[in-house]
Amino acid sequence: MLDFSMTPGAFGFEAWQSRWSILSGVGVTMASSGLTIVFATILGILFGVALTYGWWWLRLVIRLYVDVMRGIPVLVLILFTYYGLALFGINVPAFWAGVIALSGFATAHIAETLRGAVQSVPQGQMEAGKAIGLRFAQRLRYVILPQAVRRMLPPWVNTCLEIVKGTTLLSVIGVVELLLASQQIMARNYLIVDFYLLATVLYLVINFTIAQIGGVLERRFSYLRY
Amino acid sequence: MSDQALLRATGVRKSFGSIEVLKGIDLTVRQGQVVSLIGASGSGKTTFLRCVNLLEEHDSGEILLDGDPIGYRVEGGKRRRLSEARVSAQRARIGMVFQQFNLFPHLTAEENVMLGLTKVLGRTRAEARDIAGQWLARVGLEARREHYPYQLSGGQQQRVAIARAVAMEPRLLLFDEVTSALDPELVAEVLGVMQQLAESGMTMLVVSHEMLFVRDVSHHVVFMDGGRVAQAGTPDQVFHHPESERLRSFLGRFHGMFGNAL
Amino acid sequence: MIQYYFDWSVITRNAGALGEALLLGLGLAVVSLLIGSVIGLAAAYARLSGRKWLAWPVWAYVEFIRCMPLLLLIFFVYFGLPEFNISWFDKTESFVLTLSLYAGAYMSEVFRAGLGSIPKQYVEAAKAIGLRPWQRQRYVVLPVMFRITLPAISNNLISLFKDTSLAAAIAVPELTFVARRINADTFRVMEVWLSVSAMYLVTAYTIATLLRLVERRYASIR
Repeated sequence: MLDFSMTPGAFGFEAWQSRWSILSGVGVTMASSGLTIVFATILGILFGVALTYGWWWLRLVIRLYVDVMRGIPVLVLILFTYYGLALFGINVPAFWAGVIALSGFATAHIAETLRGAVQSVPQGQMEAGKAIGLRFAQRLRYVILPQAVRRMLPPWVNTCLEIVKGTTLLSVIGVVELLLASQQIMARNYLIVDFYLLATVLYLVINFTIAQIGGVLERRFSYLRY
Repeated sequence: MSDQALLRATGVRKSFGSIEVLKGIDLTVRQGQVVSLIGASGSGKTTFLRCVNLLEEHDSGEILLDGDPIGYRVEGGKRRRLSEARVSAQRARIGMVFQQFNLFPHLTAEENVMLGLTKVLGRTRAEARDIAGQWLARVGLEARREHYPYQLSGGQQQRVAIARAVAMEPRLLLFDEVTSALDPELVAEVLGVMQQLAESGMTMLVVSHEMLFVRDVSHHVVFMDGGRVAQAGTPDQVFHHPESERLRSFLGRFHGMFGNAL
Repeated sequence: MIQYYFDWSVITRNAGALGEALLLGLGLAVVSLLIGSVIGLAAAYARLSGRKWLAWPVWAYVEFIRCMPLLLLIFFVYFGLPEFNISWFDKTESFVLTLSLYAGAYMSEVFRAGLGSIPKQYVEAAKAIGLRPWQRQRYVVLPVMFRITLPAISNNLISLFKDTSLAAAIAVPELTFVARRINADTFRVMEVWLSVSAMYLVTAYTIATLLRLVERRYASIR
């Protein structure tokens, strides 16, 4: 196990041979995670604001969406999206089906997080914003959201980690991300433990980096206290 | 009342970090006596009480209960800390009632009283239920046996806490400002229970700001100031013949409240 | 867009298989939660023990699990352990082992927070009536902690139940696996996935509701 020599059949040699497969796997994992994080954050903020301040019927619809998304396994969402889109003649590659499903799931989580964070901002802040004549969008933009950010950050970072972990499920519909790329390599050289270990290390590196960035951001916003 | 010293503290010192809270306390409680500790907050009364029940460990000096040192034994001139089992056994002989009641929130009033009886004293559940019933009746809460702490008023909770402590038949009962967290109208019911206990001959060490109660019920009053015993004596001596300016000004604060009752 | 005609007979014909698969998933989640709670409780005490050599490995275990994709863990255990000549388990047992280790890390965080949030006055009151250290844990700290952490335990059970869908990847015949099989056999995509989603959803919210009833029974903690 983990023989780093450069002879055929040794881990070192095989890893070097398959370096492009692994890198492309890492790339697909990062691309799908990154896109999902961006989509889910934008949509999640919109949904979250609607969930807090929307008309009652809008709140009801989004509440239903959030609760449904949180009650169904991501894998089922991914499979449903993948087979479902094809059924209606919408021909998207597995990669995009996966990103859509993951985004749908993560949006629900971020919306719920945002609602909690916004509600934790003291009521008086909204009133103070009104008192100086800010319109609703301005009150959100300049008063409420900047304060909600701090409450938001830790669970948002957690959701980002969940997203990266969730991209492994795309392997089930044939997206060759890091996990499937590693498995394809194992299928050739049977170095099962070695390449699972390699994948483990790579996932830890990616997720530790995200967690660290989250920590830096948290300190950056630590002046917000209430 | 006998002359037997139940609790004898000599030269008890205790520091938190660099702050010395107790600077050598000497104090004796005899069998059947009610001894009250009075003094401004920060004078060390509560810390001393917590040392007696081993919730804090004193640094030096000794506290003897029935002649046995509390929390350690002396071996070849050195203090050796007792095992947790022995410490627990010592605590079982000393009851304590807290300012914040500290009833166990997951147990009913009755179960709160029963817990120590079954798990520490090894009574059967039936015996424990009987004893708990008797004591809850004594504190006037027979009808609330099945209630959980959150269903009781502060005064009721404190009376359950007293029943929980007395039911263990402790040699000595400690009261740590037990009425301070109560609404004024609930204070009397708790003091009433304490007075009954005192009259029944229970040995009690009381930290309290209820000066009328202290004056009427105590056999012995100890005024603490800055971690030392500043004056000790009968209620009459302490309340009517204060020796120091500090005690006079401390008592003066209460005169305003009670007219010239003190 | 094509016209789609629903044909629910595919679901009624397979109702038994789907029901069994759902129960299997639920069972896997409950067993993993129980084993995970034992691991988590031990880990939480180790973490709070104040002993570095105990706390540090537990910290590493928790952080490792939290950064690891569950699917990778499942494959690693299932395909990796036989490489070390450990092969006494079948795929279901292998999955339970993985999910329990996974749950253990999350439960240890739940219990750590729970133990940390118990007011120290309760422990002092327990000391004052003479309870010994393990009695204080057994009769006061743990019961109070259990009630405080019940909502978090309930959330974890629901998460674990949803996670059992990943067992499909190593062909454990739980709900997602059976659904994929029916989907492949009949290609009644909408019927299959709508039903399965509804089954997960209803089960998750039933768990939540039941445990909320238990919580209400224990409302004595405020």
